[in-house]
Amino acid sequence: MRQTFARRTVVGLVALAALAGAVPALAAPMNLKVAFIDPLSGGGASTGESGLKTFQFMADTLNAKNSDLKIEVTGYDNKLNPQESLVQLQKAIDAGARVIVQGNGSSVAAAIIDFVGKYNDRNPGKEVIYLNYAAVDPALTNAKCNYWHFRFDANSDIKMAALTNFIKDRPEVKKIYLINQDYSHGQAVRSAARAMLKQKRPDIQIVGDEVAPLQKVNDFSPYIAKIKASGADSVITGNWAQDMSLLLKAAGDAGLQANFYTYYGGGTGGPTAIKQANLPDKVFQIAEGYANVPSKEGHDIEVAFRAKAGQELTYPRVINLMNILAKATLQAKSTDPKAIAKAMESIHNDTMYGKDSFMRPDDHQLFQTIYISRFGPVDTGKVLDSENTGWGWTGAGEVSAQDSVIPTTCRMDRPS
Amino acid sequence: MLELVLVSTLNGVLYGMLLFLMASGLTLIFSMMGVLNFAHASFYMLGAFFGYQISRFTGFWIALVVAPVVVGGLGALVERYGLRHVHRHGHVPELLFTFGLAYVIEEVVQMVWGKLPVDYRVPAALDFPAFTIFATNYPAYKLFMLGVSVVIFLCLLLALTRTRVGLIIQAALTHPNMVAMLGHDVPKVFMLVFGIGTGLAAVAGVIAGPALVTQANMAGLLGPILFVVVVVGGLGSLTGAFVASLLIGLVQTFAISLDVSVASVAESLGITAAPTEGVLRDLWTVTIAQVGPIIPYLLLVLVLIARPTGLLGNREA
Repeated sequence: MRQTFARRTVVGLVALAALAGAVPALAAPMNLKVAFIDPLSGGGASTGESGLKTFQFMADTLNAKNSDLKIEVTGYDNKLNPQESLVQLQKAIDAGARVIVQGNGSSVAAAIIDFVGKYNDRNPGKEVIYLNYAAVDPALTNAKCNYWHFRFDANSDIKMAALTNFIKDRPEVKKIYLINQDYSHGQAVRSAARAMLKQKRPDIQIVGDEVAPLQKVNDFSPYIAKIKASGADSVITGNWAQDMSLLLKAAGDAGLQANFYTYYGGGTGGPTAIKQANLPDKVFQIAEGYANVPSKEGHDIEVAFRAKAGQELTYPRVINLMNILAKATLQAKSTDPKAIAKAMESIHNDTMYGKDSFMRPDDHQLFQTIYISRFGPVDTGKVLDSENTGWGWTGAGEVSAQDSVIPTTCRMDRPS
Repeated sequence: MLELVLVSTLNGVLYGMLLFLMASGLTLIFSMMGVLNFAHASFYMLGAFFGYQISRFTGFWIALVVAPVVVGGLGALVERYGLRHVHRHGHVPELLFTFGLAYVIEEVVQMVWGKLPVDYRVPAALDFPAFTIFATNYPAYKLFMLGVSVVIFLCLLLALTRTRVGLIIQAALTHPNMVAMLGHDVPKVFMLVFGIGTGLAAVAGVIAGPALVTQANMAGLLGPILFVVVVVGGLGSLTGAFVASLLIGLVQTFAISLDVSVASVAESLGITAAPTEGVLRDLWTVTIAQVGPIIPYLLLVLVLIARPTGLLGNREA
């Protein structure tokens, strides 16, 4: 008897609370909880932290701009581990998050896609969407594509297509050496490079194709000796973090005079390493932006971000992602992920540099202008430098969103 | 061919000496004193960060002296007030204690210097190519590292084998009670050795910091390979650690320059049968270059199975 009474009281209280919650919600701004799941401790912490800062910066900017939308970003530490990510994901959902953002590690991304897909099947009406800002394994928008996953970074094939288009028009490139990390991302880079170079510049010789264990090499001198012996004039690498810094340092030490075409030369610590290695105008980066893109708007955002976060903007795509999220939410007039996903599916939005970007409904891959920039001494009075080195990124080439489109094999199951 | 052999040998020796530089302190603590110090690489990291911080105010050379003294002092305090209490309970509590300590140090470093790599540069006086062989430059800084390694090796060797202090240290490990009976303060000897060992780790940190990447996770990246050096070299043998460092440096460097796999050997012998799928195909086509960085660990396993005393050791691991 007492038990039923207690139960009734609880039910009554819950109903009351729900009512109390529902009434002001009509008047107050729409509340959108975003869960940021990425490494915030251990080896990947610096990357994760810089991502979180960008998301929080954008949440503040958007909240100040839109009175009827309130975005709240909470960080969850996944220690770069797929299992831990799922634990954190469940925690985030329990805390009321309906938008998940993650970027580091395609293995983590694949686990989240899988989880979100199943969760949404089992919990109709409580869907969550997953916005991927950095995991670039092509499979995620091809074989493993999912309706609830949206990718805002160019996948590694798109980047390679843009890079090979750039190399195509540089006749001085004759011998290329590929050096990558031995895991899915590195393998994707090397196979895409081989296939696309063969197609676009069959005369280019691939004089080396190397994979090294991920973040295990302390001394890259032997690899540099091999590159040197091969006579390569250019190196293509998808290496990041320590594997990028140490590779460049070893190249500088040995006096290797080759150009480095990198995916992540501008990642945290990269600019410092390039300056230390003294490789002026030899390191190129292929990305969706850089600090000195000729655009007033972009420059202002970069400067504002540096002032607020105390570091440079390493994720221009996050600016775009958050703008698109806000745009889709306001368009849908709802924070229901189902409505947001529908609005986002074929959205167009100008990037922070004022160029068009668009989501492809077939596979939920965003296409945006891709820039190739090079790192070298700059006049710091006129343009921005990186990591206080006095050197900065300047433009070397760009590929428009439309030209960066490559086909997809995705066959998406859409919710009815 | 000659070029590759010569360049690889040079690279291998340089890398091997860097390894010895980093492992020298551990040799003293682990192999002479028998303390399983999991936090050794953390003291190395502390050395790098202290070196960076001090060098910003005073320049590199003063940092090279001051940072190891500070870190060595810290190490001695850790021994006196922490390790000494757990030491008497045996190896497992010791291991757990230093394991925890490694995490504490990493967190503290993250709090003070952040998680991003710091801009720790090679001193200007050594920032030039020392010589050039086959168009490959060898920076003066690398030769400096080599020089310091050799000096440390010789000093330690002389101190341990030719002085009374060395005699007492070696005796304190095997016959602590006897040494105490003879009127020596054994706990103080242990504190001293631990302090010097961590100080050596810091020397390695100050010197290797600019050559590698100075960041809060550098300890974790380096830790395992140091134990490989000490165990392969043999517990209780300084010369063993020296030889093992060189061996690992050379093996790893030469492995990377060999693009040979089972498949390519079979092909040159005219064997056409090859596994086409699964793990077997991967094993068939993997090149020695690809597994190069794993070879030291393979060596560790083989040494522990076939020769538990290591190359020149006198105790079993």
